Order: sequence, then C-alpha cells, then structure tokens
Amino acid sequence: MIKTIRIICAGIYSKRWLLTRRTVQLFILLAFLYQLPFIGNIATGNLSSSEWFDKIPLTDPFILLQSFLAGSSLAAPALIGALILAVFYAIFGGRIYCSWVCPINMLTDAAYWLRQRLNLKSNLSISKELRKAILFLALLLSFSAATLAWEIINPITLLQRELMWASMAGSMFLLALFFFDLLVSRRGWCGHLCPVGAFYGFLGHFGRLRVTVNRAESCAGSSCSACMKVCPEPHVLVPVVSLKGNTVVSGDCTRCGACLDKCSSGVLSMKIDLSHKHSFKNIPIVTKK
Amino acid sequence: MRNKTELNPDNAEPERRTAFKQIFRRFGVAVVGTLAGHAMLRSRPAISAEIIRPPGALPEPAFDSTCIRCGLCVEDCPYDILKLASWTDDAPVGTPFFVAREDPCRMCPDIPCARACPTGALDPLLTDIRKADMGVAVLVGHETCLNYKGMSCSICWRVCPIRDEAITLEPMQNTKGILQIPTVHSDKCTGCGTCEKHCVLSETAIRVLPRKLGLGRPGRNTAGRDKV
Repeated sequence: MIKTIRIICAGIYSKRWLLTRRTVQLFILLAFLYQLPFIGNIATGNLSSSEWFDKIPLTDPFILLQSFLAGSSLAAPALIGALILAVFYAIFGGRIYCSWVCPINMLTDAAYWLRQRLNLKSNLSISKELRKAILFLALLLSFSAATLAWEIINPITLLQRELMWASMAGSMFLLALFFFDLLVSRRGWCGHLCPVGAFYGFLGHFGRLRVTVNRAESCAGSSCSACMKVCPEPHVLVPVVSLKGNTVVSGDCTRCGACLDKCSSGVLSMKIDLSHKHSFKNIPIVTKK
Repeated sequence: MRNKTELNPDNAEPERRTAFKQIFRRFGVAVVGTLAGHAMLRSRPAISAEIIRPPGALPEPAFDSTCIRCGLCVEDCPYDILKLASWTDDAPVGTPFFVAREDPCRMCPDIPCARACPTGALDPLLTDIRKADMGVAVLVGHETCLNYKGMSCSICWRVCPIRDEAITLEPMQNTKGILQIPTVHSDKCTGCGTCEKHCVLSETAIRVLPRKLGLGRPGRNTAGRDKV
C-alpha cells in the first residue's frame, strides 16, 4: 500500500513541471469556455485579446503589432493590455507563452509524444531561423496588405474559434499541423515555423527566469545530457551540457521545465537570475563554483 | 557542417558549390515567400453582400486592420448573434459579423458590443444606436414582395425598430389598384436586419446590404438636373 503510494508520488514528482504546465494550459483554455458560479466570467475574448474576471485587459503584443503595422491607430484598452503582457514576458522570458499558455503546444506535444511512441525517425530538417523569416514576412505583409497577415492562418486563435464554431476547414488545418509534427518534421511547428514563438523569443531575449545549474560539480554534462534529449529547443542547453555555463541564456528557451523533470542528479532549477555576466556576445562565461 | 570542413580541409566542398547552394537556398526562400505573400494578399475578400458588421464598425479597409479578431464583441452580445469568420466565410478570418436572416441586431441602446471592443474597430464614440450604420435594407425582390402584388403584408414595416421612419409605406397607383410599397430611407435605416429576418417569403425580398453595395451614388455630371 505504502509502496504503491510512494511509486505514484515518485511518478508525479518526476512529471511535476509537465503536470503543472498542462494544468495551467488547460485552465487558460477552459477559462475562455466556462464560467464560474458566483464569480461569472473567468476570461472573455480569446488569446489575441481578452478580459480576465471582467477587469484585467490582456492583449497579444504580436497581434497588436500587426494591427499597428497594418495602419490602425492604437486604442488605450488594447495598448494597456499589450503593455502588461509585453512587460511580463520581457522580464520573465518571452517563450513562457509557448509552453504555458499556447494551446497549440498541447497538440504538437501530443504529436511529439506519439512520434516517440511509434519510434518514427523520418525527419525533415528545417532551419530554426525559418520562423524568423516567417515572422518578418508576416509583419511585412501586414504593413503592405493593411490586414493582420498572420491572423489568416494563426492556429492559436483558430483552435479557440474551432471550439466555439467547429468548421471543417479549421479542423483539417489543425489535423494537418498535428500530422506535420508527427510524420514530417520533429517539433516542426513550434520549434521551426511558428512566428509567434519567434516574436516571443525576441521579446523575452533578456528574460530573467532561467534554468540554472546549482551544483555544477554534480552535473555529468555531455555524458548524461538527459535534459537535452527532452528539451524542445535542445540547442539552448548546449552551454550547460558542455559545462561552459551555469545558466540557459538563450531567448529560445520556453521554460517548460522538461529538463528539470528529467534531471536525475537534481542540479537544475528554475531561478530568477539577475546577473548579466553569463554571456558575452553569446559566448558563455565559465563561472564554476 | 562547418566544423567538419574545418577539421578536414581535404573533404571541404568547393567554394563555388557552397556559394551556389546558398544562392539557390535564398532564391527558394524568396520564391516561397512571394507565393505565400501573394496568396495572402489575394485571400483578402472584396466587400461581400453577406457580411454585416456589428454596430459602430469602421469602414471596411480600416476595420480589417484595426480589428484584432478577439471576439470580445461576440461574447458581450446579449442575443448571441455575432460570429467570428472562419476560412469558409466571406470575411477576413476571425472578424465578427452576423447574418441578418438568421438573427438580426436587436439594437441595444447601450451597444455592449461596441463598448467591449479593445481597439476601437467598433467605434467607442457611437452612443446612439439609431446612428449606427451596419448597412442598409434594400427591397430587392420587386417581383416577389407581397405588397408589390397588391397584398398588404407590410411585415417589414411593422417589425422595423425605427418604425415609420426607416421604412415607410408609400402608396403607388398601378393597374391592380393602389399598392403600399415598403420604402427604405437610408438616412434612418441602421441595417439591423429585423425586416430581413421577418420577411415571410422563403427567400427574403428585403435584404440588408453593406451601404456601398446597397445604395447608388449620383454621378458627378448632373446633366442639367439639380444636384440631389
């Protein structure tokens, strides 16, 4: 009896970040669909602009930027909402959005999970820089076509619309996205193509919530590299695994915590890191204690 | 890749080949980018007769760039008439619209949809719903409208929320006798679509159209007549 409980607890502990993350993601997704008794609306709108508890306005800065480039003048409620989010993500790290908020992450994570399960090896390698090109294209097109270019395809708000008004075209696109990640390219969408991720990567370039190595001497580095195997953006862990840096400084880190779940020696932790000496022009500085 | 070539200079690719590779790669990106961009530009639909925007909506090109597709107006509509466009609808994806024949705008005096808009795509300065301009009702079915056939259906006139102002019944003499013709006055009509909803025909004879499609415009050359 005690043994089974212990096993369950150990299981939960080894997935603590994943479980927390899924809870947050599901809460945010369901907050738009359901109301609480006595309180009423949790959130209205969708992830492009929303109102939480009928008070707090939040607006996606990327979508507002497209709108601004398309030639609209900015109105106060949307601007305030976008500033709140932009400041939050700039301080803590932009791609927190990707792993803790974005519902598409659940879809692509499911595809990745199934990919591992079915042991599918085929992989179309795409440059990680492509998402930056798509981001640039989206902004350029917004400017030249006076419309919100990325919103024509954006699967994030598409998914939310599908939940309210299911349509064949939209569901097919989401399904195609799932199969793209499953069969064509490993972590293809979130890791290589999505310009929203690229935007938040830029926004949170100096984000302060960072994966940090505590006791560097206990880290086996590249001979273990379990963290790198589960990381959705493995290149961010290179300085850590090669024992050249104690912190993950790259803006591409989504702060998903997969590495913390996986690390068997327990040297990794998520920390607010205020020092700025970890890298000089992207070359990590060795600070071994 | 680069490291390998640096380690074994014998295995290095000829410089010209790498240069060509890079050129073709960039060319490919440019072609794909142009195609995608072109498709996106073309995918912006023209003004559609079936897309009626919520009250206070900016004129069409400005609405497209200002609306951020959040759906706050949709959720604040107490009658739940609004929908965000999907790919199959005739509006830019994610923008709000309603179908008058299914569910017309009830013209709430406090205009909750416009109040909810965070970007001003629905004009926050619109305070009088009677000044709203969602479109204009047009009696399109002159051959099917029952009043044109000499009956006195007049349902459009009776249900109009701006009764006897936006739609009036104008007597007209013809061979059958005196007809009571429902006549829309575009300066009073808000385009709420209540008339379209209640038209008794299986396909409505009175239809709300975007103002640009629903109204003519006098020519610049008045050809001797007084300017209207």
